[in-house]
Amino acid sequence: MTADSTSEQHNSSANGIALRMTGISKRFGPVQALRKVSFTVRAGTVHALVGENGAGKSTLMKILAGVHLPDTGTIEIQGKDCKFANPGQAIAGGVSMIYQELDLAEHLTVAENIFLGAEPKAKLPLFLNNKEMIRHGRQLTQQHNFDIKMTARVEELPTGDCQIVEILKALRRNASILVMDEPTSSLSETEAQRLFEVVRQLRRQGLTIIYISHRLEEIIDLADEVSVLRDGALVHSERIEQLDIPKIVHHMVGRELNDFFPQRLVTLGETSVKVENLSSQIGIDSVSFEIRRGEIVGVAGLVGAGRTETAQTIFGVAPKSSGRISIDGQEVQINSPADAIKQGVAFLTEDRKRTGLCLQLPCSWNITLPNLDNIGMKHKISPSRENRIAAEVAQKISIKWHGPQAPADTLSGGNQQKLLIARWLLAESKFLIFDEPTRGIDVGAKAEIYSLLNHLAQQGKAILFISSELPELFGVADRILVMRRGRLVGNLDTKKTSQELVMHLAAVEENYTNDD
Amino acid sequence: MNKMIRQLLPFGTLTLIICILSALKPDIFLTSENILNVLSRSSVNGIIAVGMTLVIISAGIDLSVGSMLALVGMCAGGIMVMIPELAQNDSGGVFNSMLQWMVDNPTSILLTGSLAGILVGFLCGCLNGTLITKLKLPPFIVTLGTMSAFRGVSYVMNAGKPFDVPSYTFLGSGLVPLYKTLEKTVLTTAGKLEKEVLEVLTPWSSVDPQNLEEGARVVSHGIPVCIILFAVIVVIAGFVLKFTRLGRYTYAIGSNRQAAFHAGINVDKTLIAIYTLTGLVVAIGALIATSRTVSAQPTAGITLELDIIAAVVIGGASLSGGRGTITGTIIGTLLISFLRNGCTLLGISTNIQLIVIGAIIITAVALDQMARSKAQTTKS
Repeated sequence: MTADSTSEQHNSSANGIALRMTGISKRFGPVQALRKVSFTVRAGTVHALVGENGAGKSTLMKILAGVHLPDTGTIEIQGKDCKFANPGQAIAGGVSMIYQELDLAEHLTVAENIFLGAEPKAKLPLFLNNKEMIRHGRQLTQQHNFDIKMTARVEELPTGDCQIVEILKALRRNASILVMDEPTSSLSETEAQRLFEVVRQLRRQGLTIIYISHRLEEIIDLADEVSVLRDGALVHSERIEQLDIPKIVHHMVGRELNDFFPQRLVTLGETSVKVENLSSQIGIDSVSFEIRRGEIVGVAGLVGAGRTETAQTIFGVAPKSSGRISIDGQEVQINSPADAIKQGVAFLTEDRKRTGLCLQLPCSWNITLPNLDNIGMKHKISPSRENRIAAEVAQKISIKWHGPQAPADTLSGGNQQKLLIARWLLAESKFLIFDEPTRGIDVGAKAEIYSLLNHLAQQGKAILFISSELPELFGVADRILVMRRGRLVGNLDTKKTSQELVMHLAAVEENYTNDD
Repeated sequence: MNKMIRQLLPFGTLTLIICILSALKPDIFLTSENILNVLSRSSVNGIIAVGMTLVIISAGIDLSVGSMLALVGMCAGGIMVMIPELAQNDSGGVFNSMLQWMVDNPTSILLTGSLAGILVGFLCGCLNGTLITKLKLPPFIVTLGTMSAFRGVSYVMNAGKPFDVPSYTFLGSGLVPLYKTLEKTVLTTAGKLEKEVLEVLTPWSSVDPQNLEEGARVVSHGIPVCIILFAVIVVIAGFVLKFTRLGRYTYAIGSNRQAAFHAGINVDKTLIAIYTLTGLVVAIGALIATSRTVSAQPTAGITLELDIIAAVVIGGASLSGGRGTITGTIIGTLLISFLRNGCTLLGISTNIQLIVIGAIIITAVALDQMARSKAQTTKS
């Protein structure tokens, strides 16, 4: 580990310190989200904060914005100690945060949004002074050279302009520190370029900007300084001149694999799943790949790269616009999850609470839900036999529960996940798609899930394993597909590639294949 | 343990009410006559509440059941009235001779009307389900709309007037006799009129009126048809909910519609089936209601939907879906019925009854909620 003591590094810099967070730790239940992070930002700079998904960037910024309270550590803004118990206090302290999902009231006008919660008073109490609000708003836009109509409704604006409204909102609050979380994730190329101009201009006007992004090219382009978070710790902080993309990627990934992952001892069989030129309106474009029996194929990519969308399209959750899916050499027509399940496809969704389990219902019901037909209960359910069947599968993968009739929400996260795996085990699916199966579960349960994946592969099943954690992809998968902006940009043999290359492909525009 | 208490709560309340009434008015309340009366009065609500239970478990709501009841009644009643009228203007042909035959066999008219009513209920339910799933509208909105529309149609059908069907008595007041008695009213020495049972007869025995002794009559004793119908529907619905895929899918959709969809359940088809079944049971309820008053009223069942929802909710179903049982609903329905009956017997006005029932609804749900949040905290 090469953790730098950032506070020392910049003490002597020319600019004053706008923000100094010292020794920040935060724990959510069993997860240590941040460990003693010390983070310093010089005034009037654009400071990029990078890291893999789950590295702790959002948590750190939410602590700064008063959404979460830190367990330990202090925050200093312009040399003054601050304690933000809620977002209102952070705003008053000069910190404004622009979230990835913008925080605007869509049906209100631009001016109403900018002044939300601080509307200028009219002469009569309880009335609003619209004229004054619009005048003040125009003044603000002129001051910063923005071109935006005060009376337009936010829902009519393109996403790029919505960002501007958020920025205006922050300026109206006299923010001195502006945090932007993935501002370009939903912008077009030209909109993004315009936003960069705005960011540079704000910097010239003396604002301090903390900029979170996965897109490393834009960071190289825009930032003065970069800090890298990994596993909740700040591992590196340096001026941009000393950095390039490979170096940043190295700091982001830089950890080693351990025997946390199972031994892969599988002889691959015939081609089981063949996906050709699969496209869909929900954001995937000519995705093609093959999976052989017994093979675990990982899918890497940033959030929004189209990984989940690919799974949804295969499983019939969203309609495909073109492309073919074949299983065991036969083309299959899948228009709904019901079709997919009939064809032997299983999909463990990334959000088990929203799209996986019926939490209030008994565990056994959750296991048998798509399987009533093939356990001979098409016409009449036999509760005692159902419980027995569920208990058998549950035992196979050692689910810890309070009996088959206990509601699913009485189980821990890892056991809930296993409940869903039990469901698809019972369905005897040939092709299993796992979307972030280890998200939000503890380390022990993760290891169990890995060995289950391995076990399923040994039984000759084809497995597609979507994950945002590169180490687990490298630990479990035989091959790794890399997606970027809805396209497949890499198809790599795990043994012949590196985490740096995968990260590079996922974050930088380029195509690469080492598969023969 | 908590779960047990929660499930026993409505049942306990019901038992308590029955005990109190038995203690206060043993001579009136605890007669088979009164109990059967309460049960047959609750049969219409109970039958419809069974359908509503399915709907509410699926996280839906059906506000149109009251209006649907009126519409089914008006359609059934209308046909029963129209057939003899049509038969009168003799236009010849096969159709007319068919009508003539029906007039000669009046039971067939009643049967045709009833079947037409069932069909209307089926179609109304199907319409609700289709609008909800295909237009992707919330059930509250769709059934609020059809509530108004169905009511409108039932007013239009006979310009706001009812259809009288004096011969349609089987469902409302018909009995399945268990035994018959030969009775006579006699004047006692104390100067009171009292019934005297002369002879107990088998249910199938018939007595020639001419052989009867002066002042004597034959009285049937048995279970009202509507109670039997109620019981049959309860048993079927209980079975469907517990032992069939439809029942299981209803719980799954109500608990988490997205998860149900991802588990390969055809959510639309299931929801249409649920609302259609509700239409069917509303139709059966409507026929009983029509038969009880021997007249189809366009104003029948106004605010009925609220009574039904109250019964289902008191029975422990959750308006956010995924929870509820037929047993609970039956207890909820009976609780309201016995409460009404008790208030009447004790001379409490209907206005006060409304207040009491309102308080019971809120208390029932509040206690349920409290028990549940306690269960939640002990869990984590």
